[in-house]
Amino acid sequence: MLEATPKEIIPRKALRINPAKTCQPIGAMYAALGIHRCLPHSHGSQGCASYHRMHLTRHFRDPVMASTSSFTEGASVFGGSSNLRQAIKNIFHIYNPDVVAIHTTCLSETIGDDVPSIIRSAQELIPEGKHVIHANTPSYVGSHITGFANMTVGMVRCLAKKNNADISCRINIIPGFVEPGDIREIKRLVRLLEIPGNIFPDTSDVLDSPMTGRLNFYPEGGARVETIEASGSAEATVSLGSFSSLPAALELNVRYGVEVVSLKVPIGIEATDRFVMRLLALSGRKTPPVELAKERGRLVDLMTDTCYQYQGKRVALFGDPDLVIPMTEFLLSLGMQPVYCLTGTPGRKFVEEIKRICDRRVPDLRVEAGADLFLLHQWIKNEKVDLIIGNTYGKYISKAEGIPLVRYGFPILDRIAYPYFPNVGYGGAMRLLEKISTALLDKQDAEASDEQFELVM
Amino acid sequence: MRQIAIYGKGGIGKSTTMQNTVAALTELGKHILVVGCDPKADSTRLLLHGLAQKTVLDTLREEGEDVELDIIIKEGFGGVRCVESGGPEPGVGCAGRGIITAINLLESLGAYTEDLDFIFYDVLGDVVCGGFAMPIREGKAREIYIVASGEMMALYAANNICKGIKKFASGGARLGGIICNSRKVNNELELLTAFAGKLGSQLVQFIPRDNVVQRAEINKKTVIDYDPREKQAEVYRDLANNILGNEKFVVPNPLQEEELESLLMEFGLVGV
Ligand code: SF4
Repeated sequence: MLEATPKEIIPRKALRINPAKTCQPIGAMYAALGIHRCLPHSHGSQGCASYHRMHLTRHFRDPVMASTSSFTEGASVFGGSSNLRQAIKNIFHIYNPDVVAIHTTCLSETIGDDVPSIIRSAQELIPEGKHVIHANTPSYVGSHITGFANMTVGMVRCLAKKNNADISCRINIIPGFVEPGDIREIKRLVRLLEIPGNIFPDTSDVLDSPMTGRLNFYPEGGARVETIEASGSAEATVSLGSFSSLPAALELNVRYGVEVVSLKVPIGIEATDRFVMRLLALSGRKTPPVELAKERGRLVDLMTDTCYQYQGKRVALFGDPDLVIPMTEFLLSLGMQPVYCLTGTPGRKFVEEIKRICDRRVPDLRVEAGADLFLLHQWIKNEKVDLIIGNTYGKYISKAEGIPLVRYGFPILDRIAYPYFPNVGYGGAMRLLEKISTALLDKQDAEASDEQFELVM
Repeated sequence: MRQIAIYGKGGIGKSTTMQNTVAALTELGKHILVVGCDPKADSTRLLLHGLAQKTVLDTLREEGEDVELDIIIKEGFGGVRCVESGGPEPGVGCAGRGIITAINLLESLGAYTEDLDFIFYDVLGDVVCGGFAMPIREGKAREIYIVASGEMMALYAANNICKGIKKFASGGARLGGIICNSRKVNNELELLTAFAGKLGSQLVQFIPRDNVVQRAEINKKTVIDYDPREKQAEVYRDLANNILGNEKFVVPNPLQEEELESLLMEFGLVGV
């Protein structure tokens, strides 16, 4: 299938083959769905919105609602202002959401539509108590992660307030571009740590909503507008992932002086430890709850019991920076070798961070940001790995090279239930470890001769 | 910090006027950032004594998205910080998008520091598409000056720019006045004063034609830099002072086509 990929690596500037990212509005749409009763609106032509909805639907296997400004040739010449005004009017009239979250597309960005001005001039079309928020998301900048970050910043800009009247010790938590199952687990951890925390955006119970027999246009989940409004008066913002969440935390800091606690997405034992300890410090408690200590103990037990299965194995890891970074750290705590780390999202910070984590422990390390799967494949062709970890798009390399793939990241289009089960927390780490081990052992079984075929492994 | 955008028809002497005014402002100890928004990237030539500038967009193209501020900002005459957004060659790409990209980048890199008294945007020609209006979007330049002359096309262009400003008025954009860069057209001062008045605005300065401007330009300098004792240098100092003390900022009333024509007629231009 990918037999033609050449081994020799030639530097490329203008060509990407099999990109390891997708376009900004997908991230913006996903973030917007994390607000309760919010309708994402795509300011551009219809094709963009269809693609974004479809891509999200294929991953979550749940309906993704969104509207579009439906640009025509005329709108591209004369500007999309009248389309957007009409859209705002229609949306509130027909679909009646509490929030409309507008993101731009390549086209509306290029023609230079000034969305905030258009919204301001359309104030009379926005019913009392309803909100229109916005973010600029040109796809030729960054990736879907940038879009997620921009929309989250948009939530802060358009909704957050400082309300000194009720200064209760509140912590904002921005979870990053993670799965609904992850967010559910983060919320459980926060509850266990007894911290009055507000999480946004929150896609749990939106994109994994239960089947009730009735289609609900706006599912039960999502961060409440009041929650986001209150974020300006919180004590601190815990941002999980410097690419997807930190910008919004910084915005809250600049606007309202809310302290920034920048952490990794709590994937793997070390990142989860840090998450728990920082939250513990914020809560003022001295010792972690017994239940969490036990969870951690079980993870350590599993790691030590099975280390011979995965130790020293070479891994090619790709995906979104905020997921690849903690995973690299986790693989190192397992004694594995994350030799290739790659993301499609541009950013020198990614490269620096991976190098810092690996330090001298991974002598063969290759790391690249803003890169593609073609390059990853070439690396693998030059020096094999035992395992690939990444999203569904990795399956082609996996098949071509006969290397098992552990599905991790966005999107997973060919296996079920990924969004439901968390990767975060100690339990998430156990599950990841199970998947890694299983993948390696399955391959060993498949290739074993009769006399090597083991019952107990 | 005052953010000022200078608009005007191409070739009207907008960049020259702006740079001379900026030079005069530095004499008054002002800290200034000049952002050239013209693909030709010649908005800061006189301040920098030549086209020494690496444009934001060229840098972006070569270095990728990790651009450093000190590569794109150069210090020129009187400590003025100069940036050129740059842009595509004529006939290709999208210059308007170039301006949006460049200004966004400057903002995110933190070029707009607290110590600045003024930011000047020098914007090419007409407000032809959304990109050229970027400098007057919300939170950016609220003060706009239009450079014009008594020539008909210059007035048409100025009037069109006023339509653009009116559109962006809800974001706070206001017309600060018209600057006349004289072409020695008959009745030019009266015509421009009347035109500015009809717009609801004012003529902030009449700049007579003087060859010293060209002489200074050949030497890649502003007049104030080239020979501060020249009479023309005084004119630019007056303009700088008028901008400094300006308090009249309006949403302009662009003229109807017939109105503009009858104005030209009245001052003896059309029909002679
Ligand atoms: S045109 Fe831009 S926004 Fe639309 S789908 Fe393509 S990359 Fe995404």
